Amino acid sequence: MSNRIALAGNPNCGKTTMFNRLTGSSQRVGNWPGVTIDRKEGKLKGQDGIAVVDLPGIYSLSPYSPEEVVSRDFLLKDRPDAVVNIVDATNLERNLYLTTQILEVGIPVVIALNMIDVVRKEGIDIDKAELSKRLGCPVVETSALKGDGIEELVEEILAAAERGAGSYPRYSDGLESYLSKVSDVIKGHVPDESVRWYAAKFLERDEMALEAVPAEVAEEVEKIAAEMENEFDDEADSIVAGERYNYIGGVIAAAVKRDDRRGKETASDKIDKIITNRWLGLPIFAAVMFTIYYIAITTIGTLGSDWVNDVLFGEILIPGVDEWLTANDVNGVLAGLIVEGIVAGVGAVVGFLPQMLVLFVLLVILEECGYMARVAFVMDRVFRRFGLSGKSFIPILVGTGCGVPGIMATRAIEGSKERRITAMTTTFIPCSAKLPVIAMIAGALFFQSAWVALSVYFMGIFCILISGVILKKWHSMTGAPAPFIMELPPYHVPGIFTVIRSTLERGWAFCKKAGTFIMLACAIVWFLSAFDWGLTMVDDINDSMLADIGKSLKWIFVPLGWGDDWEFTIGTITGLAAKENVVGTFGILFGYAEPSEVGEEFWDIVAARFGPGSLGQLAGYSFLAFNMICAPCFAAIGAMKGELGSWRDTGKAVLYQCVLAYVISLIIFQFGSILLGGGFQIWLLLAAAALVGLVYMLTAKDPFKVIGRGLLRRPADE
Amino acid sequence: MRTLRDVKAGEKAVVVKVNGVGHLRKRIMDMGITKGCEVEVIKVAPLGDPVEITLRGYDLSIRKQDAESIEVE
Repeated sequence: MSNRIALAGNPNCGKTTMFNRLTGSSQRVGNWPGVTIDRKEGKLKGQDGIAVVDLPGIYSLSPYSPEEVVSRDFLLKDRPDAVVNIVDATNLERNLYLTTQILEVGIPVVIALNMIDVVRKEGIDIDKAELSKRLGCPVVETSALKGDGIEELVEEILAAAERGAGSYPRYSDGLESYLSKVSDVIKGHVPDESVRWYAAKFLERDEMALEAVPAEVAEEVEKIAAEMENEFDDEADSIVAGERYNYIGGVIAAAVKRDDRRGKETASDKIDKIITNRWLGLPIFAAVMFTIYYIAITTIGTLGSDWVNDVLFGEILIPGVDEWLTANDVNGVLAGLIVEGIVAGVGAVVGFLPQMLVLFVLLVILEECGYMARVAFVMDRVFRRFGLSGKSFIPILVGTGCGVPGIMATRAIEGSKERRITAMTTTFIPCSAKLPVIAMIAGALFFQSAWVALSVYFMGIFCILISGVILKKWHSMTGAPAPFIMELPPYHVPGIFTVIRSTLERGWAFCKKAGTFIMLACAIVWFLSAFDWGLTMVDDINDSMLADIGKSLKWIFVPLGWGDDWEFTIGTITGLAAKENVVGTFGILFGYAEPSEVGEEFWDIVAARFGPGSLGQLAGYSFLAFNMICAPCFAAIGAMKGELGSWRDTGKAVLYQCVLAYVISLIIFQFGSILLGGGFQIWLLLAAAALVGLVYMLTAKDPFKVIGRGLLRRPADE
Repeated sequence: MRTLRDVKAGEKAVVVKVNGVGHLRKRIMDMGITKGCEVEVIKVAPLGDPVEITLRGYDLSIRKQDAESIEVE
């Protein structure tokens, strides 16, 4: 016995709550190998050494979505000792569809008939004994939300694991005869316990399952499937799915005594009539979004973040640590490292936390109460043509405050393609840390015109939309599109513990990242700016390693109109640690150690550096555009890694962002320069090529395949 | 041939056949849209797509384009 049990069930069946009930506080959250799906594991409460693995919420053991694939791989290959199948009793028919497939795997199954309290309230009577007899496995009535039936469930799990697998569903005689034919053919090629499961999957022509047997066996199976299709006058997968639902129909007819839900309008139906109403749907959506924005970004969340940044770190920790170090005569270099490198670095990251937690509470509530699915329903039409989900609106909205929780909010998007594209594009929208940079450029070059900020927001939206169109074609990066057939779960009041728990989980995941990657990256930038090549600490950033790096890299930005002054290159690099650093760095470089937030003191210097007249303005705007679109800060890159799963893909995403930023700035500067009478530069040709490339990416059917072929030059493709 | 796309809000229909291939086809059937199942179109989303349907005692959102793969009578 490997002492492991698995939790399986549909989305929205109360599985997360049940997992929390069963494991208490002993959870570990990781990832399933190769995919960004949370893999939660914990210890069964009150039992020694029995692990509980929470499988992702799925509707079927089909081979298509990553959630389905990890679930079936776990059941078939890792073979847990028992499976707890959590079944939403208020939606028995569809939930039992997964049950029929789990029973066939040949692992002991216990059914947790969850939300039983809700069913009783609706006046429906489910005969537990009859259900258990028909399905051939123990059934326990539970309410994970209230904590009812949990002890009995644990007892049944242990007993079932001892007893071994029960029986599996029997379908019509017609289908059974074909199933037994297939079973005879495949015996010996698949594990004995799971013959039934494989037989059914083979008849459905499940390609992933067919890979498990030699080609001649697969051919044999195909003949049987074709014969069956002839007899039933229907397609094989449709026959099997239909038979499963017929079987479930029989079980329900026998076990559910008074099913009077149908045709009767529930409270949830009434709520939905208003919330997704043809006329009220959009105004309600706008109101909900405004409320989130108001609470998380303009009031409570920001107050919390400001307090952490300005008071906790700005007034208490940093001066406190500094004083203590001075009082104790700590070496200046070490003190600098501790105060400016580590404490300030951690502060920059922890500062995100209050806002993030407030936001997560709101998002988990939206998710739990059922509104999140309606967001997708209401907004799908607008977003889908850009490769995004209707739910992508939320990360982008949140991103106007801070890209980090924005990226983390993409977790709610169920399609992995849409989720990845949203995570890669959310930071194009200017976050609050980019506002000082916008204000500086607007102040130095554009007489503080509000049009600058407005245009940058539109540019962000524009970049999100064109990137959606482009990235949707980058299949190796974003994956295959999934059909958008989504359950609209009934509305219910969210459980307070689930809300708190999910919020803390997400917050903690970010803190761990902040403590490692983000801090390290910030420390490196600090180190480069504070030391020279002889590793002596410098007072003036002009003498630092970073200054030399800036001088040697500035040529890259010549075509963008701001490559003559290395200060702009440095500002762009320090902006990676935090975008508002761009202003602070300019302050130091131009001789103002402690400039105001938007750097009014040196606006004239900035203006002079970009050059006179409209061409100077253009160069400044090109600088702004590049800094808004290129790689976001390290914290956001860290968050992006969390959603994309690997550093490899994160690197590609950041590269894409930088290339797009370069292309946009190049086009703005070179074409603008011609229009403003700046004369011909050779770079105009580069800009024209970039524009053609951009149009090609937008219009070509599969541009990444062409690029890939060009890079790899595989002779086989020719 | 009548498909689920042609069913108006407030009307009911019975599934005759599921067309389409791969993930979409499987997903439709996994969600319970199988031959003989009765489906009712509840409403159209505020922007005209997708539609909300109810079947087997629960609600689903499906795009009109995908609804075309479902033959009904």
